[in-house]
Amino acid sequence: MTGAGTWSLGESDFQRITAQLQGLLQESNARCALVVDRAGQLLASAGEQLQFDPTAFASLTAADFSANDQLAKMIGEPEFASLFHQGEKESMYLADIGRRVILVVLFDQRTTVGLVRLRVKQTVAELAAVFDEMFGRLASGDGQRGLLEGAEDEIDKLFGE
Amino acid sequence: MSMINYASREINCKLVYYGPGLGGKTTNLEHVYGKVAPETRGKMVSLATETERTLFFDFLPVDLGTIRGFKTRFHLYTVPGQVYYNASRKLILKGVDGVVFVADSQIERMEANVESMQNLYDNMAQYGYDLTKIPFVVQYNKRDLPNAAPIKDLQGQLNPGWSVEEPAKQKPTPDPWHSGDFLVSQVDGMWIERAPYFESVAVSGEGVFDTLKAVAKMVLKSLS
Repeated sequence: MTGAGTWSLGESDFQRITAQLQGLLQESNARCALVVDRAGQLLASAGEQLQFDPTAFASLTAADFSANDQLAKMIGEPEFASLFHQGEKESMYLADIGRRVILVVLFDQRTTVGLVRLRVKQTVAELAAVFDEMFGRLASGDGQRGLLEGAEDEIDKLFGE
Repeated sequence: MSMINYASREINCKLVYYGPGLGGKTTNLEHVYGKVAPETRGKMVSLATETERTLFFDFLPVDLGTIRGFKTRFHLYTVPGQVYYNASRKLILKGVDGVVFVADSQIERMEANVESMQNLYDNMAQYGYDLTKIPFVVQYNKRDLPNAAPIKDLQGQLNPGWSVEEPAKQKPTPDPWHSGDFLVSQVDGMWIERAPYFESVAVSGEGVFDTLKAVAKMVLKSLS
């Protein structure tokens, strides 16, 4: 028993994720898509320029999903794998990816929730494979590690000591 | 769970301010929000009731500088302090990298402090996290009040320490923030480690940044 651990997102993984998001947007006609981890950190986004604070949005997304997870358990469901929030003009669709990350799609009247849901299903499967591979690599200790290895002095300096 | 993002060149870490209701957790974040340069912080989000009691959490992202070309972004969260909000309190701890326990120094709040500390240990354990192994600091807030309990009593009740089993760590380790004090010391033949502590008056900002810097530094060092 220790802490929550650490993981890293490399440049090539980032590009693979972004490419998946772009494909999703093109085929679903949604406005933008984001990938957020369960602790509330934004990993990647694609599509229209975001008109809001993405960091705050990511933290609220993770909280939204966590709260709904607990609600699911209360009614005897293991989880809600997806959530749909309908607005007058703007709506959002959220889907779980391997219980590690969340895919968020924002869309308006230019498309339908049916089309978004259909296309999200495919992206979730594809991104799940990307993340499985990524976390598999991390678990085996292979990949970029030790960015801060030996950085004690630099950390002391940063905090003015 | 800290995340190193090589694409955006950021190190993201999650810090949670925990403690009893009305102890000053939100005030800590508000002070940080008011003091840091606007370009180094994001929007502060508060999910609160109409009477401004935290319902779910407060959230504030701050940049604390750059290391090896990577921005260090700390996501600060508070939890709702009231006992009956435990379900939401537990959710906020998911993926936490560092914890600040904000204790209310007033003598009459001692029981609430102890109960909240126990609740923190319990909730952490349910995620498989061990408070004695992750960056953890205790802040004794409201030191300006006439009914504030002595630090010695608060330490005895809330931060009595845990036994150090690792032989390499069994040596006197001075407390860098309080000269003459030790974080690791031998008590009755047993090696005991305590969490670093800080005194504060969050409404005036006293001790707020000392606490934040200490826990942030511990988190980064745990990655190094």
